[in-house]
This record gives sequence, C-alpha cells and structure tokens, in this order.
Amino acid sequence: MQAWDGFKSGNWQKTIDVRDFIQRNYTPYTGDESFLAAPTARTEKVLAKFEALLAEELKKGGILDIDTETVSSLTHYKPGYIDKENELIVGLQTDAPLKRGVCPFGGLNMTRKACKAYGYELSPKIEEEFTYRTTHNDGVFRVYNETIRAARHSGIITGLPDAYGRGRIIGDYRRVALYGVDRLIEEKRKDKQKLSANAIDADTIRRVEELYQQIEFLNKMKQMAELYGFDISQPATNAKEAIQWLYFGYLGAIKEQNGAAMSLGRTSTFLDIYIQRDLENGTLDEAGAQELIDDFVLKLRCARHLRTPEYNELFAGDPMWITESLGGMGEDGRTLVTKNTFRFLHTLYNLNPSAEPNLTVLWSRGLPKAFKRYCAKVSEDTCSIQYENDDVMRPYYGDDYAIACCVSAMRVGKDMQFFGARVNLAKLLLYSLNGGRDEKNGDQVGPRMPVYEGEYLDFEQVVERLDYYREWLAKTYVTAMNMIHYMHDKYCYEKTQMSLHDTDVHRYMAFGVAGLSVLTDSLSAIKYAKVKPIRNEEGLIVDFETEGEFPMYGNDDDRADAIAQKQTKRFLEELKKVPTYRNAEHTLSVLTITSNVVYGKKTGSTPDGRKAGEPFAPGANPMHGREKNGALAALNSIAKLSYDICKDGISNTFSVVPSALGNDPEERKEKLSSIIDGYFAQKAQHINVNVLKRETLLDAQQHPEKYPNLTIRVSGYAVNFHKLSKAQQDEVISRTFHEAI
Amino acid sequence: MQGSVHSFESMGCADGPGVRFIAFLQGCPLRCAYCHNPDTWERESETLYTPQEILDKALRYKPYFGNEGGITVSGGEPLAQSKFLIELLKLCKEHGLHTAIDTSCSAGEADWQEVLKYTDLVLADLKFATEEAYQAHCGGDLQKVLRFLKATEAAGVDLWVRHVVVPDLTDTDLPEIIKIATQFQNLKRIELLPFRKLCKSKYENLGIPFPLIETPECDAALLAKLKAQIPEQYR
Repeated sequence: MQAWDGFKSGNWQKTIDVRDFIQRNYTPYTGDESFLAAPTARTEKVLAKFEALLAEELKKGGILDIDTETVSSLTHYKPGYIDKENELIVGLQTDAPLKRGVCPFGGLNMTRKACKAYGYELSPKIEEEFTYRTTHNDGVFRVYNETIRAARHSGIITGLPDAYGRGRIIGDYRRVALYGVDRLIEEKRKDKQKLSANAIDADTIRRVEELYQQIEFLNKMKQMAELYGFDISQPATNAKEAIQWLYFGYLGAIKEQNGAAMSLGRTSTFLDIYIQRDLENGTLDEAGAQELIDDFVLKLRCARHLRTPEYNELFAGDPMWITESLGGMGEDGRTLVTKNTFRFLHTLYNLNPSAEPNLTVLWSRGLPKAFKRYCAKVSEDTCSIQYENDDVMRPYYGDDYAIACCVSAMRVGKDMQFFGARVNLAKLLLYSLNGGRDEKNGDQVGPRMPVYEGEYLDFEQVVERLDYYREWLAKTYVTAMNMIHYMHDKYCYEKTQMSLHDTDVHRYMAFGVAGLSVLTDSLSAIKYAKVKPIRNEEGLIVDFETEGEFPMYGNDDDRADAIAQKQTKRFLEELKKVPTYRNAEHTLSVLTITSNVVYGKKTGSTPDGRKAGEPFAPGANPMHGREKNGALAALNSIAKLSYDICKDGISNTFSVVPSALGNDPEERKEKLSSIIDGYFAQKAQHINVNVLKRETLLDAQQHPEKYPNLTIRVSGYAVNFHKLSKAQQDEVISRTFHEAI
Repeated sequence: MQGSVHSFESMGCADGPGVRFIAFLQGCPLRCAYCHNPDTWERESETLYTPQEILDKALRYKPYFGNEGGITVSGGEPLAQSKFLIELLKLCKEHGLHTAIDTSCSAGEADWQEVLKYTDLVLADLKFATEEAYQAHCGGDLQKVLRFLKATEAAGVDLWVRHVVVPDLTDTDLPEIIKIATQFQNLKRIELLPFRKLCKSKYENLGIPFPLIETPECDAALLAKLKAQIPEQYR
C-alpha cells in the first residue's frame, strides 16, 4: 500500500497498534533547536486574521458568536475557514472561526444559561426538540439523593460533571491517519459481532449498543471530511494528510462533545514519522514542515466551547485543555523526542505564546540535554508549558500514554476515565467540628453529631471526628460519581472518542481533593500549637484563635508534610471502600484548576489562620506566604505526596522571578533544568513553571492592551491572563513569587 | 559546636554556580552603606545550628544541585565564625558537596588557610578600590581584603570577585577593581551586583537609618554598560 511505503512493518499492520508503528519507525532527535524555521508569509497572513478575530472576541466579552439554531455534531455545519485560500489544514467546529456551537446533550439548562449570559437565546426549535429528549443532566437529577444534593449545594463537593460534558477522554486520533476510517470500522464490526453473539447480560448489551454508535460516528467522521473535500476512508499518504486526518478525528470529537477537557494525546512523534519520510523523499522542506505544524496548532487554537460564567469561575479562562504530551522516553531507553517535538514548542514563537494547546513536556532524567535547555528557554520566554514526570508515570502506563486535562495520565486508546472534580477538605474538617453542619449557613449537610465541645481542639478527638466524616463524604462522593457516569454513558456517550479506543478499555474513576494545604496546616496547628474554637450565638464554630508556632506544609518539615501524606492516603482508602460504576479503578488527584478561589470563598475560617473567604492555594501548593526556606523546600514538601496514591495527578504551580534563577540568561536555562531534574528525581509528578515578575502582572491588569498574549500557568493548564476574573487575577498576583534574597 | 544562623535559602541561583543551598550566618564586622541584610549584622542570634544540622538540611537539596551546584555559606560574614565555618565546610566536603563562601574577606584571618582547605570557590566582595573608600563607607580594610585574595591564590581555590554597583558611589571604580582582581591567577569571574533598595523595609523595621535612602538603584542599562568593560574571559 502506498500510504505505508517506506515504513518498517510490524504488528501494527496486523492489528490496531499505533505504539508499535511509532517504535519501529520514529527517529529520535538529540540535537538543539537551531534547525527550526521561522513562520512563512502564509502563516503570518493567517495568523494576522486569527489574531484580529481574537481581539474582537475579547472585546465582545469573550464570545464572538454563537450558532443557537444548530445542535453541534459532526455533519451539522457547512465547512468553515479562517482563510480558505491560505489554510493548509482545514476544519472548524462550526461554519465560522470562533463561532460556538451548542451541545445540549450534557445539559439543556447549562446551554440555555450560557446563551443567555452572552445575550443570545437558544432557538425555540432546539428547546422544542429537547422536550422529547433526555439529557445527561436530566438523568442525573432523576436519581440524585438528598445527601448528594445537599453536599453539592453547600460546596463540600464542587464542579461535578452533572450538568455538562465530562470530557477527560482522549481519542487515539492517530489511528485515523495511520489506518483510515474504513479499517477502524471493520475492526469495530468484528468486535461487535463477537460480543453480540453472547450478549446475555445488561453490561454486554450496553457494550454492543455502544459499538453500534461508534461505527455510526466513524461513518459520520468520513462524511464530515467529505464536506471539506477529503476522503479519509483510507490511510494518510503524506505528512499533510496525516495531520489533516488526525485533526479530523479530533474535530469530530469536539463537534460531538462539549467535554470539560478535550485533550489531543501524544501526536508529535507520530507525525514526525510522516514528516521525516516526506523530508527524505524531497517532497517537503523544514519551512514546509513547520508551516504544517503551525497551521495545525492554529486550528487547535480555534477550538471553543460554550460555557456559563459560573463554569468559568471554576475553570477560568475558557480552557479546553487541548493537552498535547511531548517528549518522554521509550521503554527501550531511546528518547521519544523528535524534531517535531521542537516544532510544536516552536509554535509558541511563530504564533506567539498561547494557553492552548496545553503543551505538556513529559520530563525524564534521560531526555536529551539540548531538549531540556530548549524547554527551559521556552518556559522563561512564554510561561506556556508544563512538565510532568515521565520516570514516575512510565512504569504505570508504558511509553505511549498521554495527559488528559492537566495531570491525568492514560494509555492512549486503551484507558479512559470518568472525571469527577473534587471535594473540599478544609470544609470537611469544619463539618467534623460542627457535627455535619455548614459553617457558613448552619445547614445540616452531613450526619448529625454535637458540635465539638471544649475550650481547645484536641488533636486525637479531631482526627476521630474527621475519620467519621471522611467516610460519609467518600460514600456520598462515589455514589454521585456512579450516578453521573451511568447517565453520561446512557445519554451523552462519547461515540467518536470511544471509536478511537480499543473495545476493551480500562476505566479510571478520577476523584479529587482541594484544600489539602489548608487541612494540613490546620491539623498541624491543632497538633503542635493551641487552637481555640470561637463559636457564634448558635454554638456553631465559625472562627479560631491559634496560639503558638506550628510546622507548616511547604518547608520540607516532615511533621507537617506527613499530615498531608496521611490525609491523601486515608481519603483514597475511604473512596476505595465504595464500588464504582463499570468497575472503574479509583484514583485521586490533588488539583484545583482555578477553583481554589471559589472553594476559598465558600469556606469559613480554618485553624491554620486562614480567614473565611480567603482563597486556598492552588493544587498541591503550600498556602501563600508560609514558605520560610525558599522555593526548593516547598518543592520538597510537595514531592513527598505519593504518586502511587494520587495517580490522577498532583499539580504544583511554581512562579519565579527571572532574577531568582540567576543573572545570566544562559545559566538560567541550566538552573531551571536542574530544578526540574531535582524535583522529579524525588518522584514528584507535575510542575507548572512561570518565569515572570509580579510587576508584569500588575501592569497587565492596568493595561491589558500592552500584553495581548500574556499567558500564565495555573493549576495544570495555561490561561491568557486577561481571561481570568479580577478575583482570579488578584489571587495569582498574591501568590508566592520566589525571589532571590 | 554551634553557629549563629540568620536563615536558609533552598533555591540559591545567584551565589555561585548551579543551584545552591545558602546558609546565611549571623554577624558581620562591617557596616556597609549599601548593605542589603542589616538584619544579619549583630552576632546574637536565637537560632543556633550544629554543622551536622546544616549539612542535613543541605543534603535535602542535593537532587537539585546537578553537576555544578552545592552549598554557599553567606551572611552576615561567614569568616566571622571561622571555627564553625571550618567544621561546616569540612563536613560538607566529606559528603561530596561543592562548597562556596560568600565573603567580604574581612574577618577570621588566623583561620583563613584552614577554611580554604575545604572551600571550592570563594565569592569575594571587592567593595571599593581605595583604602579611603573602604574606611569611609564600610569600615573595612582594603589591605586585609588583598591579603585574603592572596591566600585564596596560594591555596589554589577558584575565585569570583564581586562588586556591588552603587550609582554615584562605586560605579566609577570598575577599572580599578578589574586591575586589582586580574592580578590573581585563580580569578575565574568578575560579577557585578546591582544596588537595590528592596532592603528599605528591613532598615525601617530595625530602626536603623538607611544611609543610601536617596541613592537611585542601579538600572539594567548601567549594569550592561559596566559589564562590557569586564574582560571577556571573566564575564
């Protein structure tokens, strides 16, 4: 077959096995960035059009346009272009760039509200159609019990995907390019035939129906490509087609699903094989290769979903988490860094810095030195990339996994996850003290118990109460998640993405915690200092007086850090006691996205000295201003959280002023690279790196026009600074910026 | 044996090569007009550490040090606690750490030789080019500084000479500073440090008048201009 000419053969030809194809055919690259090409005139022309649209979008309050008449799906829109003559890679979610579609299958109410918030009205036709349909959101609320509703209302559990698409699923979009859609349909047909022969139980019948849907949507994917003039039934024959085919796979997914995180996977090394082949046979040069990647990335930057302002409070900055995992090492010891890994990072120069795609470097001790230095340079120049520890994840997932959203690792095409937001651990502590009542409004949310008595908090007694309420919260949480994902599968199944998975897929159920550093320091205060609860006239504990010193998380002090370790471990143990829907594997994350601000707002004063309403630290970060021994002490504390326990990820945002990394720009690259090496050598999982000055952010707040592309890393992803609310901007500014003494 | 310690910085990227753990010792015999750590002047400190305790802390950061990093003992003036310093550096060397001291070269003369035995790198502050200026602005002694630099040369310890650029005070000294520094065979680098006034609040808190309150900070342009005067091999 012409499409596979020149590729080394292997198991990948017999069965769907993209990893085998990569391993046999890719070319590791250990050199530096000097080969990279500048943007072509064509790229600059399209970029200018795109940036004008971005400016207009920002001016219009964040939404350029909404198509309120059409339910988004693969074939429902006419083809759309930014600049038809000049685009190399084509395809937009709707018929015009940045115009958002509506996806009501996750929840009609959310769609309606989002339209309204931006001055639009969902069309009566869609309203009418959905009176005859059940959405995921309808289904969930048919079955939610009183406890879940109360816990959700009080905010001890927040951000559950019960009114919007769950996302966090990564289709193996590479399969479209390597095999063509017809082959994928054929394999799915065989699987369906085999399964349906013995479909005697509900679980198997569901799987057979899912396969039916997958096949149906693979056919729709072909039709979608036809609208743009492409036949993707057969494998891609060159680099341009490979990128286009792969992108059609992704485009189908985001047309079908408004999922919270719609990550891309691990595509750069795969695509490098095609580019390398074209370079070698003379049909492509480096400028042409970069141009293709630039145009692909520009398409990814066009991706938009329609969300409500409340949603943005939790997940700020209009993110889609189009996470692309770059680099890493192969199991055979060869690096998976290729020239195309550099090309992806280079888009941050050719197309200016940007939050999307969420470029994620899988870092390993063994990565080529030149690549590490280049990454450090990109971090310092753009603040747009994050790092995750390949040496910690590879043993679990092998060498063909990718990150979904911020920090969630999955084997591409083999694992999926049921996303589950997070619970508020600081509030859990307060419920334990207040006998299940909410400290803000006095509502009885958890099981009833007398409010803690006594003048001072006794550590043992508090821990005992915490154990009791943790068990309640874990059970409530798992139950809610089971209901949510049952309904999502039933009413909003991700047919396109799941068609790009193996039929026998491993499922994770991803639970999360917020406020870990608040809980840790609070327990430390109770244990090592004296904490006096202050009660209001109703007898509810609403504040604390803390006397004396206590060790704080973020100082590499085992006394505090051990509390954080133990609390994550205990929480996971409690979750595991409750069985999951489809026997998914329980996992836990310490990740807040930007919800640390909202969580703080909804939580009363805590024994660590944090006052009611004050934001939590993001992710697994220590609380602001509590680090007394510099940045690496804080990293050491975070590194003690075990990835074995928090397999859905441990997010850490590290902000540093350039001068704190040294005076000389060349040396700064080395030092930043050493810091990441040192952090990951201790088995930490993730670090977001921001190299910038607080003054820059303050100035950007006053004069947004001066910094149109100012991108910063927040918990697990990057955002354009101007897309954050004022409160979120203030919180970012108030965070610890590590400075030189 | 215990030493008076002011504080620790786990991510030191500006005091020596690589990523370094910095121990700031308490107490300094000088009173430089532009001192940015007036809180380290007095010797009395509530925080006492043994060399072993400091080593244990430093070792926690070994994974970050890479091939170049290590420990820098700064201050205050580390040589003002020379006996303690010897024990600390010796212990660090025993554990394979690269050791640096950040010093004004103005104390502990009797112990210099011993200190330098366990020191891989000296960051030596050459504040002024004349005896008069030393007397007037920091209460130090240029001859003593030069004796120390000679001692580092004799001991074959790598030397970085550092000079704080204070507008209207030290910004015209550089040619002389370079002349002095380049006499030493062990010189590897001349570093210019810009004068900053971030320390203003420290002076206020301590109730000590800040002599250079009216002096402007050293800006990037001035620093770049002066840096160009440094011979290439020492930049």
